[in-house]
Amino acid sequence: MRLIPLALLILLVASACSDNLPRSTLNPVGENAETIDNLFRLTLAIAAVFFVGVNAAVLYVAIRYRARKGDDREPKQIHGNDTLEITWTVIPALILAAIAVPTVQTVFELAEEPADALQVEVIGHQWWWEYRYPELGVVTANEMWIPTDQPVFLSMTTDDEDVIHSFWIPNLNGKRDVVPGRVNTLTISAPEPGVYLGQCAEFCGLSHARMRMTVHAAEPADFDAWVTDQLAPGNVDEDSEGWGLFLDKGCSACHAIGGTEAAGGGLNPGPDLTHVGSRTTFAGGSYQLTTENLKAWLRNPSELKAMEPDANRGMPNLGLTEDEIDTLVAFLQDLK
Amino acid sequence: MATLTPEATELEEPEEHGAEGGGLWSWITTVDHKRIGLMYGGTAMLFFLIGGIEALFIRLQLAVPDATVLTEAQYNQLFTMHGTTMVFLVIMPLAAAFGNYLLPLMIGARDVAFPRMNAMSFWVFLFGGIFLSSSFFLGGFPDGGWFGYAPLSTQSEMIRMDFWALGLLILGIASLAGAINFTTTIFTMRAPGMSMFKMPVFVWMQLVVAFLLLFSLPVITVALFEVLFDRNFGTLFFDPAAGGDPILYQHLFWLFGHPEVYILILPSMGIVSEVLPVFSRKPLFGYQFVVFAGAAIALLGFGVWSHHMFTSGLGPVAESAFSLTTMFIAVPTGIKIFNWIGTTWGGKISLKTPMLFSLGFIAMFTIGGLSGVTHAVVPADTQQTDTYYVVAHFHYVLFGGAMFGIFAGIYYWWPKISGRYLSEPLGKWHFWLMLIGFNLTFAPQHWLGLQGMARRTAVYPPDIGLETLNMVSTIGAFTIAVSMLPFLYAMLVNSRTGAPAPADAWDGRTLEWSISSPPPHHNFHDVPTVEAIDDFWHQKYGEDDEGRAVRVKTFPEPSRYTDKYIHLPSPSYYPIMLAGGLVLMAYGFIFAPLGIPLFVIGALILFGGAFGWAQEDPDHPMGDHDDHHAEPDDGSEPDETAEEAAGDEVEDPTAALADGVVADGGDDA
Amino acid sequence: MSTETAVHGPVGTDGADIRKTAMWAFLGSECLFFGSFIATFLLYSDETNGGPGTELFDIPFTSVSSFVLLMSSLTMVLAHNAYEREDGRQMRIWLMATALLGTVFLGGQVFEFTTFYAEGLRMDISPFGSAFFVLTGFHGAHVAIGVIMLTSMVIMSRRGNLHAHRGMNVELVGLYWHFVDIVWIVIFTVVYLLQV
Repeated sequence: MRLIPLALLILLVASACSDNLPRSTLNPVGENAETIDNLFRLTLAIAAVFFVGVNAAVLYVAIRYRARKGDDREPKQIHGNDTLEITWTVIPALILAAIAVPTVQTVFELAEEPADALQVEVIGHQWWWEYRYPELGVVTANEMWIPTDQPVFLSMTTDDEDVIHSFWIPNLNGKRDVVPGRVNTLTISAPEPGVYLGQCAEFCGLSHARMRMTVHAAEPADFDAWVTDQLAPGNVDEDSEGWGLFLDKGCSACHAIGGTEAAGGGLNPGPDLTHVGSRTTFAGGSYQLTTENLKAWLRNPSELKAMEPDANRGMPNLGLTEDEIDTLVAFLQDLK
Repeated sequence: MATLTPEATELEEPEEHGAEGGGLWSWITTVDHKRIGLMYGGTAMLFFLIGGIEALFIRLQLAVPDATVLTEAQYNQLFTMHGTTMVFLVIMPLAAAFGNYLLPLMIGARDVAFPRMNAMSFWVFLFGGIFLSSSFFLGGFPDGGWFGYAPLSTQSEMIRMDFWALGLLILGIASLAGAINFTTTIFTMRAPGMSMFKMPVFVWMQLVVAFLLLFSLPVITVALFEVLFDRNFGTLFFDPAAGGDPILYQHLFWLFGHPEVYILILPSMGIVSEVLPVFSRKPLFGYQFVVFAGAAIALLGFGVWSHHMFTSGLGPVAESAFSLTTMFIAVPTGIKIFNWIGTTWGGKISLKTPMLFSLGFIAMFTIGGLSGVTHAVVPADTQQTDTYYVVAHFHYVLFGGAMFGIFAGIYYWWPKISGRYLSEPLGKWHFWLMLIGFNLTFAPQHWLGLQGMARRTAVYPPDIGLETLNMVSTIGAFTIAVSMLPFLYAMLVNSRTGAPAPADAWDGRTLEWSISSPPPHHNFHDVPTVEAIDDFWHQKYGEDDEGRAVRVKTFPEPSRYTDKYIHLPSPSYYPIMLAGGLVLMAYGFIFAPLGIPLFVIGALILFGGAFGWAQEDPDHPMGDHDDHHAEPDDGSEPDETAEEAAGDEVEDPTAALADGVVADGGDDA
Repeated sequence: MSTETAVHGPVGTDGADIRKTAMWAFLGSECLFFGSFIATFLLYSDETNGGPGTELFDIPFTSVSSFVLLMSSLTMVLAHNAYEREDGRQMRIWLMATALLGTVFLGGQVFEFTTFYAEGLRMDISPFGSAFFVLTGFHGAHVAIGVIMLTSMVIMSRRGNLHAHRGMNVELVGLYWHFVDIVWIVIFTVVYLLQV
């Protein structure tokens, strides 16, 4: 019976390796994530030896030394053994020292800022992510684009009124907390193009679970094209009904659209919508950006994602009619 | 465990606790460490059921992706209260329950050092637990996580986090008073001849825990005051806009929080160290090493707190330093595990339920310890922390470890407490179901965490490989719930109808087995004199040439009664009064300004309680309950030696100071 | 029962006073309590948030009130001596003197707080202000509790309630009082002297 955990472990390892896991730490893509994974596997292998040893010993004792009927001899009264004590103090200590060396090396290695990195500022909000590319002038939300040929150096913080978040793309690197009043840094890199998912990892209040993020790693040419698109002003027809609604309903109080009178100067509390139509997700990365989802969102945002608009955390219900919703959704989807 | 509630026991077994008599009033005013221990245990078990139900709701929500069993708001409240309840209202008080009931019995004393302060600890714990839980009806459970990180905990305008901070402050008073009491008891009340290195390991571990509490509780007290003042008095300790630093809170919290982990696990290590020798019929292997390892864990435990903050941005130097200390703490932990195995090696093992839970403890705790080593590897920890991998880790330590040890202790000592054995078949059902359910629940969570499932998330997306294992985990959680049924049945039924247990129910080694089951109200007719570790065993057994145990003496079944006059501390209602006043003050504070009258009333009750306590002569109490003779008094001479050892009427300055409010604690004449 | 009262000290197996053990345990815990607040203060000693900072400190004034508190430790020792000599009258006088000196110190603190508030240093103006007032405030609360305990002992002694076998109270309160004084020396050094 005591083998159940072990059998379970084997089963779980097997099942864990079979799936496509876009958020798994066991499937590292970035260089840092790989370094971490190797170190973890080394530690796990050593731990496994102790795991098997101790559990086998417990099992052995329970079977081998179990009291038997008819055996009325008492066991020898052994009070201890100094040699054994020293052995099982020193050997684990040496093994731990052996783990400590690569650990400390890696800690310092991971803390280095690469020389040629692309700079991105990450700002955590309750409950979405804002990304600013200071060298490129791009501002976007929830979905970060990075080139495959360059490491990316993230400088991360939040507004003073906000709380602690943690930025975590398991495929690309470990997590790093995003703390109000501080700037923490993290280097990520993705040599292979692809979509890597993440999740805020520090409990940050009501909608913590729906504070997710996506990283699009793109070939250099594709990345440059994305940057060019992002730098263009928002695709707004200033005579359109959608634009009128966007201003009338107060959307522009929180959301910026670059190159228009709603450019907002970056002071707005909601995600930048200049190119929202080009994204694949919205609402803190927790919904696919489809017409149906957007409509449901505008009907009542808190229905899809719990928020506290009264406390200035999240989007209020604007009380829109179905016609207004249709118009606005079309307007938003045109913001490519 | 429901039989442990005062009313039930009083109705069913009026003779249970000797001359102190039955009746609700006798439980309310009791200062008997055994009754207080039982009330601690019963209350904590009720909270265990509540915390367990909270866990089942959490697992229901997580059984499938994007579930809507609970709203985000409800989910956040439930995991906050699940953690807070299990840590502060279940495992800590269960350890206190064992300590209360057993410390005096194991060191040959008639009571703890400060019986009334002991009663106060319990009432403050009970009322504090009710206070914290009552938030559910008064605006909702706290929802900031059990470690209440600022500035999230200072952000919300809701009163929930006030309940949390105040509740923990109140519970801290109970724990601090308990720690002072246990420290003093162990240092000064041991039977003649019992030097420190002749104490049972369980007593050692309780002493270490008491020290951990003494030096870690004040740190969280400061953190909680700062949160409370930020929320209510406009201080700016954790306001980044004004220059406050949220990381300070993390340092303060974990400077308490990590020793707290050892506060939770060491009592169970002590229990297992008592159970393994008895059911192996061998002495504990390497007694001194087990003791020193426990002390070393405690000492190192104050130097590892920042490993909870490896992703906070401490910088590589601090991260490396805390990584090394954290790894090093695995060494004494390993020493304990190896010595436990050494204890059983070559023994004559009887797989009774207490032994099963103890062996289960070793196996499960080892897993938790090893995943702990992977956390010490900082880079790996940056992937694991705040994921289900960590959730799995600390449940292996606190459930597979601490709770398994506690269940071992319950099955082991219940015959002593109730005079009846718990059913072995039911116990085995309990153990195996719980072991299987536990591993089904928490083993998969290692993989869930590594696959990217963050903790404290009310929903997770489909299609990223989290579905199957979450369902398995939920099934496991309900298996655990089912495993509690044979246990509860055994506690409810066997306590009355089980096979009668003799005084020495398991052929035990320590002093508590030398007295009747249940123990006399005064514990020992004659205070024993101790010559060796496991003194009782060595009175019964010698060793032959081969070193095998040989029975040399058999004791007659001891009586619960004696014809001696034994003076015991008198009952008092001041402890409950003081505790009640304190909690009324807390409610008043929460609902200020409307609550101010309540606050004042509470303060008056508290003041009155403290004043009466200080004035109360423990030898000559209020006329209506001066029945402080332990047993029918046949007029024989008082047993003065015994009274000195009981050290009973001692009190207040510390009690009064411990809560920092009482004014006149000094005058206990 | 009469024979008991004579031997009935709050003593452990070896005859040592168990209340003293308990008091030491409590005071050990208190060290960490004040230590954490002092650590908080040190972290925030420059975080004035544009408000006033340590320049408000009036070192000569606080030195005098610190001296007063230190002297109270001396009178406490004298009270304890008088108790050992079983001189109740002397003991009460010195206890009163100790309580009085404590009260003077508290008065100084009230004056200081009032002045600081008038000059714009408030609890809610900056982390510095928060840390300063909460640390010194909690210390003041400890002094106040000590004063009440001292006063109560004087009253009990006058009523004849401070029996010989309970006289340990004087020693216990003395322990507490000396501890609170020592904490103040640390606070005065760290918060005032080292910051100016």
